[in-house]
Amino acid sequence: MIYFDRVSKVYSPTSIALEEVSFTIEPQEFVSLVGQSGAGKSTLLKLLLAEEHPSSGKVFFESLDMHKVSNSDLPKVRRRMGVVFQDYKLLPTKTAYENIAFAMEAADKNEEEIQQDVPQVLELVGLMDKAWHFPSELSGGELQRVAIARAIVNRPDVIIADEPTGNLDPINTWEIINLLEKINELGTTVVLATHDKEVINSLKRRVITLEKGKVVRDEKRGRYIL
Amino acid sequence: MLTQIKRNIVQGFVNFWRNGWVSLATVLIMVVTLFVFGSLFFSNVILTSSLEKLADKVDINVYFKVTANENDITDLKSSLEKLAEVKQIAYISREQALKNFQEKHSENALITQSLDELGENPLGASLNVTAKDPNQYESISKFLESQNYEAIIDKVNYHENKKVIEGLNLMIKSSRTSGLTSTIVLGIIAILVAFNTIRLAIYTAKDEISIMRLVGATNAYIRGPFVVEGAIHGVLATIITMAVFWLPLSLGRDNIILLFLPFSPIPDVSGVSTAEFYGGPDLFHYYISNFIVIFLLLLVLGIVLGVISSLIATRRYLKV
Repeated sequence: MIYFDRVSKVYSPTSIALEEVSFTIEPQEFVSLVGQSGAGKSTLLKLLLAEEHPSSGKVFFESLDMHKVSNSDLPKVRRRMGVVFQDYKLLPTKTAYENIAFAMEAADKNEEEIQQDVPQVLELVGLMDKAWHFPSELSGGELQRVAIARAIVNRPDVIIADEPTGNLDPINTWEIINLLEKINELGTTVVLATHDKEVINSLKRRVITLEKGKVVRDEKRGRYIL
Repeated sequence: MLTQIKRNIVQGFVNFWRNGWVSLATVLIMVVTLFVFGSLFFSNVILTSSLEKLADKVDINVYFKVTANENDITDLKSSLEKLAEVKQIAYISREQALKNFQEKHSENALITQSLDELGENPLGASLNVTAKDPNQYESISKFLESQNYEAIIDKVNYHENKKVIEGLNLMIKSSRTSGLTSTIVLGIIAILVAFNTIRLAIYTAKDEISIMRLVGATNAYIRGPFVVEGAIHGVLATIITMAVFWLPLSLGRDNIILLFLPFSPIPDVSGVSTAEFYGGPDLFHYYISNFIVIFLLLLVLGIVLGVISSLIATRRYLKV
């Protein structure tokens, strides 16, 4: 479903983010990307979202070459990927409910669907009672759960999570990881970038390890080894 | 498509309301911009009408000899009327001239007595010629000289008034130029200020724009609310500006508009309304009778400014 074909990203001769990276992700997999800060995890996810373009190589999402998708078609492709970030990236001027509804509105869903689906995902992440709070009124764990609700509300094919637990305490971290596992069990591919050793070791799922821009390990039931 | 537009409009209003102080500041800056434009508009009205009034006061008189035949004068009059430059000709017959003279000096016994003594009318007939443009008196005067009317024409007073007419022409020309220059310069400054204010307001939303892109919103969908907000700013600013104009104008203190302009051709009119100062147009009356036109003019300007500023400002963060 996702295919990286000898992808390199060079910002400058002294700053090489990725070098000849190749791997394939199958549908409904739960893949963790690990590596130290600066190993290239975020760059890799940005390439997948077509936020940045590779210096060489190709990134495929199903049969689509992500970097040949036109600017006008890009939004449609992005609606099939749900994104979750370390800093949540919620819209500060919208309530939790509106943040989630916005993703549906952008995808041109009608009011009925929105009124039906948004409460459902809020229920799923356990935030029904905080639906009308603004981001500034929510805790870190709550914010990340809103972000996940927003990511899944359009029923995407893949969830891309970039250090989703980076700002959270252990209890909230587990809640978020459990949510991602639940989403994966419901049939959505999950790509999780993290450097949290505990998380990786307890997941016991596929782990791709990056080091200085290269894939150094790719194991089916991986552990955190650096 | 239709629901998208509806959502954009609703969201535009919601954003306007939630942005509170930023919205207020933007509207106020836009009021200043529109006020500058309105003032420029009004001072052009004053300038044009005052200059026209002045130009109307300029004319030349063709004085005929006492012996001149009335038919010859009528001939001359009709050939003058055929000239494109001539706006208006008034014929003053000998009798009329005498009557005017008597009326003017009815208090002066000496003159009345002398006239009576004289027994006959000593005054010649005359033609009062007004040109469409003060520049054209030269050619009208040349025309009179070139024709063979020497036998009947006593004198043409153009040559006496030449200096005054030329001076006036120069003044009109330079007032028009300075008026146009100040309109352009102030107009550009005002537009830039409004544009930058809106740009700054949108700059604060640049993170939001990038989030919307990541969530899969199309560029048009992201831009919509900003454009709607820009239009709301324009509409509100227009309404406030119209109200701001109404107050001083209704009190007859329309010189406020002129004092606002540093390049105003009027040196110091404080304390006097333009109507008193110039005998020019009553601006309040003008404002009321052209209310719709002025309102629409400012409205279009305000909306166009708001919308275009929003489009340009969002363009940067959308990488289109």
